[in-house]
Amino acid sequence: MGQPAASPAIAALRERIARLEGGPARHRAALPFGVPAIDRALPGGGLALGALHEVAGGRNGAIDGAAAALFAAGIAARTKGKVLWCVTRQDLFAPALAQAGLLPGRVVYVEAGDEASVLACFEEGLRHGGLGAVVAELARLPMTASRRLQLAAETSGAIGIAIRRWRRQTEATDFGQPTAAVSRWRVSALPSRPLPVPGIGRARWQLELIRVRAGESADFEVEACDDKGRLALFSDLADRSPAARDGDIRALG
Amino acid sequence: MGTSAPSAETPIVMLGRQGNRRLVLAADAAARAAGLRVGMPASKAQVLVPNLQSFDLDAPGDAAALDRMALWCLRYAPIIAADPPDGLIIDTTGADHLHGGEEAMLEGLVSRLAASGIDARVAVADTWGAAHACARFLARPTFIVPTGQAPAIVRGLPIGALRLPHEIISGLLTLGFERVGDLEAAPRASLTLRFGPELGRRLDQALGRRGEPFEPVRSPEIIEVRRAFGEPISAAETIARYTGKLVTALCEALETRGLGVRRLDLVFHRVDSRFEAIRAGTAVPVRDVKRLTRLLTDRIETVDPGFGIEVMTLAATLTEPFGARQIISSLVEEPEPDITDLIDTLSNRIGEQRLYRFAPVESDVPERAIRRVAPTAPDDGTNWPGDWPRPPRLLAHPEPIETMALLPDHPPVWFSWRGIRHRVARADGPERVFGEWWQRDAELIAVRDYFQVEDASGERFWIYRAGDGEDPETGSHKWFLHGVFA
Repeated sequence: MGQPAASPAIAALRERIARLEGGPARHRAALPFGVPAIDRALPGGGLALGALHEVAGGRNGAIDGAAAALFAAGIAARTKGKVLWCVTRQDLFAPALAQAGLLPGRVVYVEAGDEASVLACFEEGLRHGGLGAVVAELARLPMTASRRLQLAAETSGAIGIAIRRWRRQTEATDFGQPTAAVSRWRVSALPSRPLPVPGIGRARWQLELIRVRAGESADFEVEACDDKGRLALFSDLADRSPAARDGDIRALG
Repeated sequence: MGTSAPSAETPIVMLGRQGNRRLVLAADAAARAAGLRVGMPASKAQVLVPNLQSFDLDAPGDAAALDRMALWCLRYAPIIAADPPDGLIIDTTGADHLHGGEEAMLEGLVSRLAASGIDARVAVADTWGAAHACARFLARPTFIVPTGQAPAIVRGLPIGALRLPHEIISGLLTLGFERVGDLEAAPRASLTLRFGPELGRRLDQALGRRGEPFEPVRSPEIIEVRRAFGEPISAAETIARYTGKLVTALCEALETRGLGVRRLDLVFHRVDSRFEAIRAGTAVPVRDVKRLTRLLTDRIETVDPGFGIEVMTLAATLTEPFGARQIISSLVEEPEPDITDLIDTLSNRIGEQRLYRFAPVESDVPERAIRRVAPTAPDDGTNWPGDWPRPPRLLAHPEPIETMALLPDHPPVWFSWRGIRHRVARADGPERVFGEWWQRDAELIAVRDYFQVEDASGERFWIYRAGDGEDPETGSHKWFLHGVFA
């Protein structure tokens, strides 16, 4: 976890590694989730700005990418500036994104028609510099393409989110292939907490941080984005102390 | 003609003098249905159809109208010429993707012309000759010749498709030639001896063996800069460098007039008298050298320089006033970064209509609650009412599902979608959506009851029942899945 270094020697080493990795310091700013447990698991205390992140859905979510889209919308909603959303074919329903805090006036959609054009538009958007976040829905993300995207994001400081979405469940094994993305997430639906009355409560997600550069993987049970795009940590007891919540974090290794 | 204009059912012909005979030179659909043909003596036509309306053909007026129409068509592509007496030739190279592809472009062109009363037929082919032939013999009302197939298609057409004078056509028909293919198979020398070199030339042009240059129309008020080269250029870097110089010159010309450009045409004159073109559009008026150069050089790889380019012309075909604007400096608020340049780059690459924003529409029917607006449209800050859950993925067409549910207002106990059965663990609803009876009569009492359901694994779906569960008039009472939450 990205906690402060224990000894000055380690701090100095980290400094050197950061210098070797390059990139001006301002690009290492981060967008916190506002949930301390998640932010502690991420180096820099949040989702790195000027970097590429990958999100996929679990189970059927790998095909419909619905939870992943809401998760990405929640992140994009908390950035500043316009958002570019590149898709192959349009099946997003904008009112749902607005309910996750991403207002219709902020999102420009690009319906690119094929994956190669989506990649090109994604890169162009990341390179531009005036956008808060760029989201693209992709089935394949080869190493070379992801490296280009990561470099483009580093030059501009925008957050790039690749929503990985496949036509068939079997193709979802592609998510194990290495890419240059800084972090990799998987969002799957969890059964919501039963309410004392008939009805459905706030949606719950199993949020797996599968990989993060300079950090350890972890998974969280969270409540889905509210109308400002914020997640909330789920706990069985509503009034648990913050210290006890740390127990929810389990390393995957 | 005002109120005295004849109705569409009245047969009309245009008469004119050819040599010392008075002939029918054009006939409308009603006249053709009555048996009149172009080239028929005027007296015979008047005998055949008693109430025939006839007018004298105004050939110079028609040519002028055709030129005006060619200028109008500049909105579709940069290289256009009139093809008298009744055609236009449009070089669509580098322009069709801006209109959503060839097919969409042709449909748009035909329907816009139909709206102004012009019954047009359009064909796209590799060569002028082939397109000319297909537009007149195959287009109903549009026809697209696949790349490389033009010779095979043209060979099957009647010889009338070859743009030859009447005398040659009738002479060939007398000799028994009917199709272009027959003519191609016959020995060229004897045909040339009898009919002259015109026949061979037209045949080669239609089959794409001989190039056919034409002079594109230009509107006189268009701001244009041009550069001729002593030695033809062909390397992409050289083209890019001179593109930059042309853009700089054009922007200076625009600045003196206080204009910004909305559409740019960069036309390359090749040494073999053919044209290549790049067209770029912008969302707002622009006079920024760097940005315009970027838009044009982005597409240089689509240009085929052939044996070299001798002249490049850059024209601002669509301009708008563009004055200097005062930027208000503010201590507290950072101005929103301008992304119109990104929008221009992307829309020139993939087409303008592929970039959009969604804006709310006041409708309870979910699929009608959104509309697409231009990405640069002003943001009025409206939002959808957020009381009811909406799924992030909406199916384009609701899919029927099998369910078991209690009527009238209970959610299903289970449902099966795409062959997978889901047991409903929790549900919320119904949200009743009424048909828009004030807009559509068929929806007078139509009702949909939407439920949000969650299955045992936590996945959520948006399903609805057509009908209110009691009155069969309100809907079929079948269940549909309309969206996926997570």
